[in-house]
Amino acid sequence: MNILWLQSAGCGGCTMSLLCAESPNLFDLFASAGLEFLWHPSLSEASGAEVCRLLEAVESGAQKLDILCVEGSIVHGPKNTGRYHMLAGTGRSMLDWVQSLAPKAEHVIAVGTCATYGGVTSAGDNPADATGLQYDGRHAGAALPASFRARSGLPVINISGCPIHPDWVAETLLLLSQGELGADDLDIYARPRFYTDTLVHHACPKNEFYEYKASAEELSQIGCMMEHLGCIGTQAVGDCNIRLWNGEGSCTRAGYPCINCTAPEFEEPGHGFTQTPKFAGIPVGLPTDMPKAWFMALASLSKRATPARVAKNATSDRIIVPPSVKSRKHD
Amino acid sequence: MTDATTLLVGPFNRVEGDLEIRLEVADGRVRAAYANSPLFRGFEMILQGKGPMDALTITPRICGICSISQSMAAAHALADLAQVSPAPEGAKVAQLLHMVENVSDHLMHFNLFFMPDFARPIYSDRPWFDRAVTRFTALKGSALKRATEARTQLMHIVGLLGGKWPHTLAIQPGGVTYAPTARDKVRIGADLAAFRSYLEEVVFGAPLEAFVDLTQIEQLSGWSSGDLALFLSISDDLSLDTSGIGAGKYLSFGAYPLPSGPLFQRGILCDGVAGLLDQRDIVEEIPSSWMLGADAHPSQGMTMPDEDMREDAYSWCKAPRLGGVPHETGALARQAIDGHPLAVALAREGSVRARVVGRLLELARSQIEMERLLASINVREPFMRQVKLPKEGAGVGMVEAARGALGHWIKVENGLISSYQIIAPTTWNFSPRDRHGVPGPLEAALVGASVRAGEDTPVSVQHIVRSFDPCMVCTVH
Repeated sequence: MNILWLQSAGCGGCTMSLLCAESPNLFDLFASAGLEFLWHPSLSEASGAEVCRLLEAVESGAQKLDILCVEGSIVHGPKNTGRYHMLAGTGRSMLDWVQSLAPKAEHVIAVGTCATYGGVTSAGDNPADATGLQYDGRHAGAALPASFRARSGLPVINISGCPIHPDWVAETLLLLSQGELGADDLDIYARPRFYTDTLVHHACPKNEFYEYKASAEELSQIGCMMEHLGCIGTQAVGDCNIRLWNGEGSCTRAGYPCINCTAPEFEEPGHGFTQTPKFAGIPVGLPTDMPKAWFMALASLSKRATPARVAKNATSDRIIVPPSVKSRKHD
Repeated sequence: MTDATTLLVGPFNRVEGDLEIRLEVADGRVRAAYANSPLFRGFEMILQGKGPMDALTITPRICGICSISQSMAAAHALADLAQVSPAPEGAKVAQLLHMVENVSDHLMHFNLFFMPDFARPIYSDRPWFDRAVTRFTALKGSALKRATEARTQLMHIVGLLGGKWPHTLAIQPGGVTYAPTARDKVRIGADLAAFRSYLEEVVFGAPLEAFVDLTQIEQLSGWSSGDLALFLSISDDLSLDTSGIGAGKYLSFGAYPLPSGPLFQRGILCDGVAGLLDQRDIVEEIPSSWMLGADAHPSQGMTMPDEDMREDAYSWCKAPRLGGVPHETGALARQAIDGHPLAVALAREGSVRARVVGRLLELARSQIEMERLLASINVREPFMRQVKLPKEGAGVGMVEAARGALGHWIKVENGLISSYQIIAPTTWNFSPRDRHGVPGPLEAALVGASVRAGEDTPVSVQHIVRSFDPCMVCTVH
């Protein structure tokens, strides 16, 4: 299957992250799956006029297109002209190109939270009037209408994440190439469920601290970051702590909170990214699928039951007290 | 002289972000060039009204290729605002993260962005063509794959210390959020050792020290190993030492601050003469930019896009000038201003070759410095100092991204950001014409580039543009 990749109003970080794919490297992975780039702005040889001719051929139907990947949000400004991003050399806005090319593709994929929902480019007062491809934040209908379907019959497949994990994109493409990704495999925001059926909280190494609500008070302390430091890993979809990043990393493993970057509108949490908003001293925004009263009851109970080891470590920058290991029984 | 014809070149790929260049061509040469950054996002406006700490989450997302540089500049600006310095060991870890990113960017540039142009059919009659095709064909060349794998493994250091790349939140004004252990340190040491083997086996074909010890351009002709030798032979054949000559004015904000000063010195180099850099002499000029307002120092500057995109402007990029003069920034500038003798000579040459070799020189020097830095980290010490920001004040963060000088200027009122101005490396290098009609560094370097008959996207122009390693998403932000 061929892939046309366009970079719209984003940072290019999703391509950079994708290049971190390993075992095998991205190039070998694509070759083995019969995936090839028709054009990719960071990787292909063709530049300038050659690219313009290719885009025209796809638009006219002379060049068949299997997969259109769009990275970066789509800007509509100024004044709904889309001219804040004119695709170089073409005299046309990226908005115009995307609307024209998407119906030609068998599959359309939005790569990263900018392309899916608007992302950081749409933060603040959204100066460039940025949206995702098919969603404007949580609302369906953006650069492409809510009713849009690619030739395959699927809506835009939203691989959100800021940035995406390389495997999320690679595995989506592999599944598509084998005809193994259908409408039921997407969640309510059209994200592939293979990485959104789990929470960032799952396999977070701070789970024991979470169990006792043994909390870090400042960044660099190793306790749970939910109570004070804005972590929403218990609500954020993603398998970040299960499959890990760049070897053995994840946000929470490196000591900073999950900011829910796979979610629409994560860029405007309504409070500082590393602060937990509270009401009467109690964090707002508790785990979504747990009754609040039960959460409060369990939290107050577990807080009182916190082992000294867990409490002490929670406010340290490294493990001070190791787990007690049962000594051998005396003979 | 024949009349000039106009070429519009774009989309310009294998640069980070979108770029369009208008060329006036006469007698087979570029007579004038106009660089347009065609994308406006408005990060400086997005930051207004946010809590200052949110800059650490938002600014890295300006750029996915120099994300850590943006983090560093923001952390420095916030530390300056609070008048504190980070915990010393935390500063070292932050610096190591920054070096890994810069090194990784240099590697990517050489292998994935710059070299693939020599595998184009237009060069099929050259003696080195077959090797260029095997090693550097876009998406397929053996060198590209190996470089990508080496970079991926090097990035494990960022995974371990920073959680992920790009867009880590580990770097803070007071240090870093993760305290590495002795075990982490040996693991990182192993990653660095593997990267050194790769560089010595593949890129340089010799011990790094042998390259770093070179002092004169003439010695390059004796370099016979690694992909570096392939590049040098291509460069000799295509005279890349006389192509894309810049204006000979360089600046560096100084890279990797240590208590004793930056590892690579801060300063300027004008026509071979070294001087001090005073950031107060920076002015962003906007007559050729689709921007409203007035020319200003970034601490007083503002970003108001001209929604009508007036006819006499041609880019969203502002034109930063130091003392009224455009300056080139990047690895070549950094190494020359630091006084490395080979780099000083190359800066005088100011060519496509000089920029590429300057970058490789820095790649080699940085590997040696990363090893030294890692060895100096004391894992028993704290890595973070808690920082309380004032409700009012201003700060500046000046760092060196892979592509050159990056500055953040923040102003805080009532505990919220009232102004945030950013000047990125490519804002300097790819700036449009200024108040006096003086072209930016790239625009000047393109004058005289050869255009073959029938070429609509001249390959010599592509070499020159890519020799700067532009990052267009940073440029306008």
